[in-house]
Amino acid sequence: MAEHLLVIENLHKTFGATEVLRGVDLNVDSGDVVSIIGSSGSGKTTLLRCVNMLEDYHEGRVLIDGEEIGYTRHDGKRVRLPNSTIARQRALTGMAFQTFNLFPHLTALKNVTLGLVKVRGLAKDEAVGIARRWLDRVGMLDRQDHYPSQLSGGQQQRVAIARAIAMNPKLMLFDEVTSALDPELVNEVLNVIRDLARDGMTMLLVTHEMRFAYDVSTTVIFMHEGRIHEAGPPSEVFIRPRTPRLAEFIQNSSFRA
Amino acid sequence: MELTQFLNEAWLSRGAIWDGFVMTVAISALAIVLGTVLGLFVGIALVYGWRPLRFLVRLYVDFIRGTPVFVLVLASFYILSVVGIDLTAFQAGVLAITVFCSSHVGEMLRGALAAIHRGQTEAAMTIGLTFRQTFLYVLLPQALRQILPTWVNAATEMVKASTLLSVIGVAELLLATQQIISRNFLSLEFYFLAGFIYFVIDFSIERLGRWVERKLAYS
Ligand SMILES: Nc1ncnc2c1ncn2[C@@H]1O[C@H](COP(=O)(O)OP(=O)(O)OP(=O)(O)O)[C@@H](O)[C@H]1O
Ligand SMILES: [Mg+2]
Repeated sequence: MAEHLLVIENLHKTFGATEVLRGVDLNVDSGDVVSIIGSSGSGKTTLLRCVNMLEDYHEGRVLIDGEEIGYTRHDGKRVRLPNSTIARQRALTGMAFQTFNLFPHLTALKNVTLGLVKVRGLAKDEAVGIARRWLDRVGMLDRQDHYPSQLSGGQQQRVAIARAIAMNPKLMLFDEVTSALDPELVNEVLNVIRDLARDGMTMLLVTHEMRFAYDVSTTVIFMHEGRIHEAGPPSEVFIRPRTPRLAEFIQNSSFRA
Repeated sequence: MELTQFLNEAWLSRGAIWDGFVMTVAISALAIVLGTVLGLFVGIALVYGWRPLRFLVRLYVDFIRGTPVFVLVLASFYILSVVGIDLTAFQAGVLAITVFCSSHVGEMLRGALAAIHRGQTEAAMTIGLTFRQTFLYVLLPQALRQILPTWVNAATEMVKASTLLSVIGVAELLLATQQIISRNFLSLEFYFLAGFIYFVIDFSIERLGRWVERKLAYS
């Protein structure tokens, strides 16, 4: 079997009595930019959070580079891996959140170096070098000594992206990273992501920015009621949707070809 | 002339006042340091403890916080000796205030940790920090910064609570003052002097606290 970077097989997730993911299958190859679109509550965020085990799930498998994430099997039974193993596996992916979640007590630079020093075990100098390179890449080097509260939302999000990417993940997860931003700050963040995509970063991104998804994606996934309802290259999904459900969603979105 | 008489008496008793002052500072400092360290563990147990442990610690905190410090002082001096633990008055007193301090610090820390947005933990986990690392480098620093003003307040309360050790015969500042007054009967003047010294101690703690707060400010 050809190795995909990320394999999601028959993923099921329930919150209490409601089944939020009802069997998701997805393969992502190295360099792919996969956008996930769909209406509110369709399970987009939950899908991302299962990939890095921010949520446990009940059935199915997630593999990154062939390694099963979060669980192992003993005599056919699924067993959750020890937390230390899961912590290591989480570093295989990086995540940027809608609410940035920078560490408020650390400067921009220290936000980025924390993981490099504590998780990757780099010496401080080396960590600072890497952190500065990524802060430069997202245009935040001149603010490296600022605390998050001294930065605009767009700047915070760029630092948060640098913090995630500096860890050198195999895959980046973006969950509506521009939704909490004032409209005039959206583009500075989208440009950073576009730049990373052009550079070959593999990513899975949930977004409501349809035009952006159309432009950067290699694949677009439309989620509906916990399943992948339709998937394909952006030119198909946005221009020639096959299902009425997707056609309606595109129709109601801001997307204009 | 009353003022010269007071100054005269104050000069004569300077040794006793100094000893009382040192004793008060020693009791307070010990109780605050030990109580804070213990309190951090109490707070951690309240938030992350295994359920039965959490329940016991909750009981401890509520019980201690619901008991007057005066009673704690008497209890640790008189009751512990009944069960065979013989402590000096000083040890018993420090123990009582330490316990009192720990329950307050524990509750403060619990509140501060609970108030930290979940996204902080999640962000830390997504860069691969273990739970222990997340706690040490992300949650605890924020919580400590958060409780600092309340903690400073509590520290000054511990100094005030140290006066209660006078009833079990620890020669701290209040008892020293009372002994001086019993010799010269200048009660108004010497209580005022003692009050002033307590004010200076608490004021110093507050200034120090503000200074640390400014140092640790991150906005
Ligand atoms: N922690 C939780 N507990 C209970 N239900 C949850 C939880 N998180 C999500 N859900 C439910 O799961 C469903 C899917 O949520 P999810 O956040 O994945 O949707 P989404 O597609 O990201 O939506 P949005 O576009 O609004 O962000 C929703 O019905 C939501 O209410
Ligand atoms: Mg969502």
